[in-house]
Amino acid sequence: MSPPVFHDLEGRHHPEQGTLLGFWLYLMSDLLIFACLFAVYGVLGRSYAAGPSGADLFDLSLIAVATGLLLLSSITYGFAMIEMQRRRIAAVQAWLAITGLLGVGFLGLELYEFNHLIHAGAGPQRSAFLSAFFALVGTHGLHVLFGIVWLITLMVQVQRHGLVPENRRRLMCLSMFWHFLDVVWIGVFTFVYLMGALP
Amino acid sequence: MSSHTDSAAGHDMHDPRQPSQPHDSHEMHDDGTHFTVRGYATGFLLSVLLTAIPFWLVMDQVIADSGTTAIVLLCFAAVQIVVHMIYFLHMNTRSEGGWNMLALIFTLVLVVIVLAGSLWVMHHLNSNMMPMSTHDVRNMP
Repeated sequence: MSPPVFHDLEGRHHPEQGTLLGFWLYLMSDLLIFACLFAVYGVLGRSYAAGPSGADLFDLSLIAVATGLLLLSSITYGFAMIEMQRRRIAAVQAWLAITGLLGVGFLGLELYEFNHLIHAGAGPQRSAFLSAFFALVGTHGLHVLFGIVWLITLMVQVQRHGLVPENRRRLMCLSMFWHFLDVVWIGVFTFVYLMGALP
Repeated sequence: MSSHTDSAAGHDMHDPRQPSQPHDSHEMHDDGTHFTVRGYATGFLLSVLLTAIPFWLVMDQVIADSGTTAIVLLCFAAVQIVVHMIYFLHMNTRSEGGWNMLALIFTLVLVVIVLAGSLWVMHHLNSNMMPMSTHDVRNMP
């Protein structure tokens, strides 16, 4: 049975599957979650409770490297999408693997930073600033973690079934998710790290 | 229903990449997106520049005044977000019949209300509180 074709009242062709639009709406709701966390950080970001401030804690060169990894992973995912267009499974898998490794590297640096902070006595329970910091950056890190899990799942799917339409749709959704996380990270490194490290 | 067939035919002529296998290609270019190396490379170069400059500004303390630096940083972030939206997320006013853009604009309105509203309200609340010295904070219950 051929899939139904929809037209709106003016007779324009309507997209058959709304998955990409639906996923975009999910991302927008995710953006609202991050907006709330940013607002919390904006309100509490200077409430140090006589504890350490961002300028005392943040290691900007570490953050620069983490940012570089995430940026690189964005373009490598882009290359995976280009190879998907050319239907080259091996190349898609290779670029996906590189993207995943860059994501793991980013997460590793973030965990190292968190571990370092907690051991220095600057855990989330220290001050309102640190609670807001861990909530915001931690939520972003969790998103990256789930993105990596999703990426591995898709690599298995592509290996098993090839670049069938379903898998291409899934890869497009993950593409949006991954680039979206990069956009959120722009807000994090600007608003939290760079502005927090200002004298 | 002549209007219907007319515009359907118009649609066919409008799309130069009309697929030979309709179903297959349709999913590929569902929102008219075509990924190019050039597009991604441009976006990447721009975002590297827009990331490197803010880090340089803060790490080398190029601008003496913190307030000015903060405003410059926020401008760079805003431009970089737009760059990512265009080159990586392939946002335009046509994708998904404009619904992508509409949802984005609606969300951005909410984001601005949440951020600006929270900061504004809580700032007023703070400035109406009694001032607290470092000594008071240390001896808080």
